[in-house]
Amino acid sequence: MSLERFRTHLDPSTPLGPLVAEARSLTVRRFGLTMQLFAPLYLSNACVNTCTYCGFSRPNAIARRTLNEAELAREMDHVAAEGFRHILLVSGEDPRETSLAYLESAVRLAHGRFASVSIEVAPLDETGYRRMLKAGAEGVVVYQEAYDRRAYAAVHTSGPKKDYDARLKAPEIAARAGMRRLGIGALLGLAPWREEAMALATHALRLQKTAWQSTLTLSLPRLRPAAGGYVPEHPVSDEDLVRLVAALRLLLPDAGIVLSTREAAPLRDRLALAGVTMMSAGSRTEPGGYEEPQKAEGQFEISDDRSPAEVAARLRTLGLDPVWKDWDAALV
Amino acid sequence: MAADPLTIAGREFSSRLFLGTGKFPSVQAMQAAVQASGTEVVTVALRRVDLDAPEEPLLKALDGTKLLILPNTSGARDAEEAVRLAKLARAAGLPSWVKLEVTPDPRTLLPDPVETLKAAEILVKLGFTVLPYINADPILAKRLQDAGTATVMPLAAPIGTAKGLRTRDALQIIIEQATVPVVVDAGLGAPSHAAEAMEMGADAVLVNTAIAVARDPAAMAAAFRKGTEAGREAYRSGLAPERDQAEASSPLKNVLGRRA
Repeated sequence: MSLERFRTHLDPSTPLGPLVAEARSLTVRRFGLTMQLFAPLYLSNACVNTCTYCGFSRPNAIARRTLNEAELAREMDHVAAEGFRHILLVSGEDPRETSLAYLESAVRLAHGRFASVSIEVAPLDETGYRRMLKAGAEGVVVYQEAYDRRAYAAVHTSGPKKDYDARLKAPEIAARAGMRRLGIGALLGLAPWREEAMALATHALRLQKTAWQSTLTLSLPRLRPAAGGYVPEHPVSDEDLVRLVAALRLLLPDAGIVLSTREAAPLRDRLALAGVTMMSAGSRTEPGGYEEPQKAEGQFEISDDRSPAEVAARLRTLGLDPVWKDWDAALV
Repeated sequence: MAADPLTIAGREFSSRLFLGTGKFPSVQAMQAAVQASGTEVVTVALRRVDLDAPEEPLLKALDGTKLLILPNTSGARDAEEAVRLAKLARAAGLPSWVKLEVTPDPRTLLPDPVETLKAAEILVKLGFTVLPYINADPILAKRLQDAGTATVMPLAAPIGTAKGLRTRDALQIIIEQATVPVVVDAGLGAPSHAAEAMEMGADAVLVNTAIAVARDPAAMAAAFRKGTEAGREAYRSGLAPERDQAEASSPLKNVLGRRA
């Protein structure tokens, strides 16, 4: 399918019902009647970047916390006890608090406990990614946030994250280092969403050619209220989000589409049947939040606060088999 | 018709339909399909099972006394990873049979011929019974059987496409020349595709997506069972050759002869 066709699918003149039905059938054929589950685990909310939409933004006077090894192990054991076998390690960017060696040790701790470990941290160079791979990570998530350069510059006002191009290149560098899963995404609300979707799709198509040995996943987080009081300038409605997920599925039949607990349960049900293939559940977005909730500030507010077991039960009701393990640590 | 077992590496199977266990809406739906299909060989992706868990739900749902549980190495992108997975499975007590899958491109899941051959050579030396998933490449099939694999498993069409025997001409050559059983794997979307492969002389077929995502997986499994059996019986009975011109089923000569 062409990008032009994708653009027409994003337009409200294309009826949503048939679009979703086609996306659903394509998803089932490629991924089966399944939903992959994973949990994010926040290592640190220390951050040197000023990003006006983010709870962890440097100027925000919030409770900051970087987990030590013992705390990390406790958090990981908590998440593993809930049944998760896939974990995403998330961290703010602060070279003093979360150095390469720190991240490496966190990955190593997770590698011993989970079948699949991915990282969502600031862009690294190829050597950095190789070190993470060697420690046991197999996936890298780097959202571009805003593909529109002006919008990007407007919200990333200071710190290393100002460098748009370094961020854009990161997934390719991670693939070159041997990472098996690449996660990209646009933070919806920062710029007009149809243009952002076109840019995300173009990025995905390019990665599928250049990083052909890596599985691609797409995320479409919508901005949520966070510390700092940011209000999204270009809001995206529920209908828009469903349309975007379905259209991306038709353009990229083999790409995973990821959904977080930013969205409320009823919409998550709809999206599960429109092309989403991976979901987080029971998430905490503050470091240490699984063991000690609310001791530090979270990155954003959670809308779906059901437990992982409740989410799994709901998926079964929808006719989807919740999959906890679809990878093996032996493959890293 | 006389009994017609399929023999692979000295083990006899009465069913010629193999089942994959992925993509089902539930473990119960998978079990029902296994039952209805009459299969004796099910493949299980090693990356999906928790070999450390004492009550692994997928393995627990399959009766290892009646079924051959054939671990597969899906997810491996080179020989080294495939060998590592196979060794882990054997160490965890699974049979030393392995369906070898080396698929470096996660989009098409097409098999890598170079790494597959390399892995097969290593695994055979390590004492595994190796059933390699390959593109329909007759020369690669010969190379693998020379390396000591127990079967070859050429694809009909890319995994999950349900397109049927798109590689028909190459499959025909493989079937004619193979000294090991040929199991047609991947791309079979309808019982008629399974029947067609069996009519051509394939020794068995493997089906997963078409059954797992059907509205009624058990009923679809039963339909594939019939398709597979019908194709096999037709092959054994001797199919009429294809001709370019019509030929009456009651030849005119005889009709005239009776009147005369």
